[in-house]
Amino acid sequence: MEIDPFIFRLSIFILSIFIGYYVVWSVTPSLHTPLMSVTNAISSVIIVGAIIAALAGSSGKIFGISSIFGFLAIILAAINIFGGFLVTQRMLQMYKKKKDKKK
Amino acid sequence: MISANLSAIFYLVSGILFILALRGLSSPDTSRQGNYFGIAGMLIAIIVTFLTIGNFSYTLIYVIIFLLIGGAIGAFIAFKIPMTAMPELVAGFHSLVGLAAVFVAIAAFLNPAAFNLGLVGNIKLASLIEMSIGAAVGAITFSGSIIAFLKLRGIMSGSPITFGGQHLLNLILGLGIVVLIFYLCKTQSANVFWTLVIISFLVGILLIIPIGGADMPVVISMLNSYSGWAAAGIGFTLENTALIITGALVGSSGAILSYIMCKAMNRSFVSVILGGFGADNSSDDKKEKRDQKPVKSGNAEDAAFLMKNASSVIIVPGYGMAVAQAQHALREMVDKLKKNDIKVTYAIHPVAGRMPGHMNVLLAEANVPYDEVFELEDINNDFANSDVAFVIGANDVTNPVAKTDPKSPIFGMPVLDVEKCKSVLFVKRSLSPGYAGIDNELFYKDNTLMLFADAKKMTEDIVKNLD
Repeated sequence: MEIDPFIFRLSIFILSIFIGYYVVWSVTPSLHTPLMSVTNAISSVIIVGAIIAALAGSSGKIFGISSIFGFLAIILAAINIFGGFLVTQRMLQMYKKKKDKKK
Repeated sequence: MISANLSAIFYLVSGILFILALRGLSSPDTSRQGNYFGIAGMLIAIIVTFLTIGNFSYTLIYVIIFLLIGGAIGAFIAFKIPMTAMPELVAGFHSLVGLAAVFVAIAAFLNPAAFNLGLVGNIKLASLIEMSIGAAVGAITFSGSIIAFLKLRGIMSGSPITFGGQHLLNLILGLGIVVLIFYLCKTQSANVFWTLVIISFLVGILLIIPIGGADMPVVISMLNSYSGWAAAGIGFTLENTALIITGALVGSSGAILSYIMCKAMNRSFVSVILGGFGADNSSDDKKEKRDQKPVKSGNAEDAAFLMKNASSVIIVPGYGMAVAQAQHALREMVDKLKKNDIKVTYAIHPVAGRMPGHMNVLLAEANVPYDEVFELEDINNDFANSDVAFVIGANDVTNPVAKTDPKSPIFGMPVLDVEKCKSVLFVKRSLSPGYAGIDNELFYKDNTLMLFADAKKMTEDIVKNLD
């Protein structure tokens, strides 16, 4: 009997939940807002699916109905990726220690 | 074109980089590096996807154009958004992830061959379940986040919207989603799929409208978690490791944040979801009672005098500070105090503001060094040894009633022991109760001096009086 590849993916999924659990508990509370914006950005890796959808129907016509949804998803995910990472960067840049600002 | 195995390994690498991105946030020192890991992970995932498809026809140009359009919009928002508007921004971004998940699921349903999931009308059973879960959770995330966005932005009233049979309706719709997924697997019918998506949109709206403004930190964290699960659902459909790992990370991150927020309010997750909290139920006789109690009020001069003669001051910021944009004036005030050798620290309650960590970001924006900012449990004992507590824009999180009155709706919620300070300065526009809709005993204490004014204006006036 072979193991269904789904089980492997499920294992990755569950182990990642555990990793997420421990990693997120170690995040300092003062960085919870950047945490939210960065998780937002990384969950936009869903763009992978959008790109596949957009490029898939390209034998012949570019804008088939399913690739239109792909293109729309690319825009949405791209807003999130750029917006998420950049706003996180902007926030993190502001966190300074006491000695930095001594005049 | 690279092989499926190689691309799977690259996706794993990008998943690991995302883990490191979150790991970096354990301290502000490592956080910036963490963000670069995240960006690197994203780059790898996108490039590998292009290489795996290996389709370099002119369609690719369209993909890149659309990517850049979205990117430009995102970058524009990221640079323009004021820090006080972070909660709305995050809610808005969640809705985009949700909608993107729905779109990808729709694309996969319409063109399963592109994703190796079988043919139209004969999609693999497991994939069908995975994509419908992804679509349903994505749709709930989308419409729920839109409602949260409207509430946070003030376009929609923050007070809860409730009606009879609400929970029953939600339950029925929830069960309806399960039944529809079941039917979808049997019939593979497109109509069932569309119905599923529409009902999920509806559930998202119904789920968030009964939740009041005070519970917004929980709602945002919860939607954060949903957007993760939606991504994971799509990850299973696409058999993509990077998406599965990320979805799990984001899902658990949001869940932990919701838990922390609930604990900080001493509310159970279920009671937050059921909603109705923070409704305007202050009856008339309650108001009368409030008016009769004597309150000491003062002006900027009194406040400046008190603080000048103190040796230690603790600042307690809250959402009101964000609304009044008073953080810069506050920093100025603190600088003046420090010049007089007064020790100043900041005390932040976990639910101060409208999202986790909101106050910390605002203070960081005003150049307050993060090592002067303390969390509730680290600073609460210091109030007893401090001379002045300066409460600016916070209310419920300082209410001693949470410790004394078991009948109070916020009883048991951990609060800042502000009343233990020798004197309390309370900047507030009026005596109106906070989001929880309850009166704050602190207003009537002998050692409390109320400063009735806009937070920013009052702080600026105090700064003038400190010279």
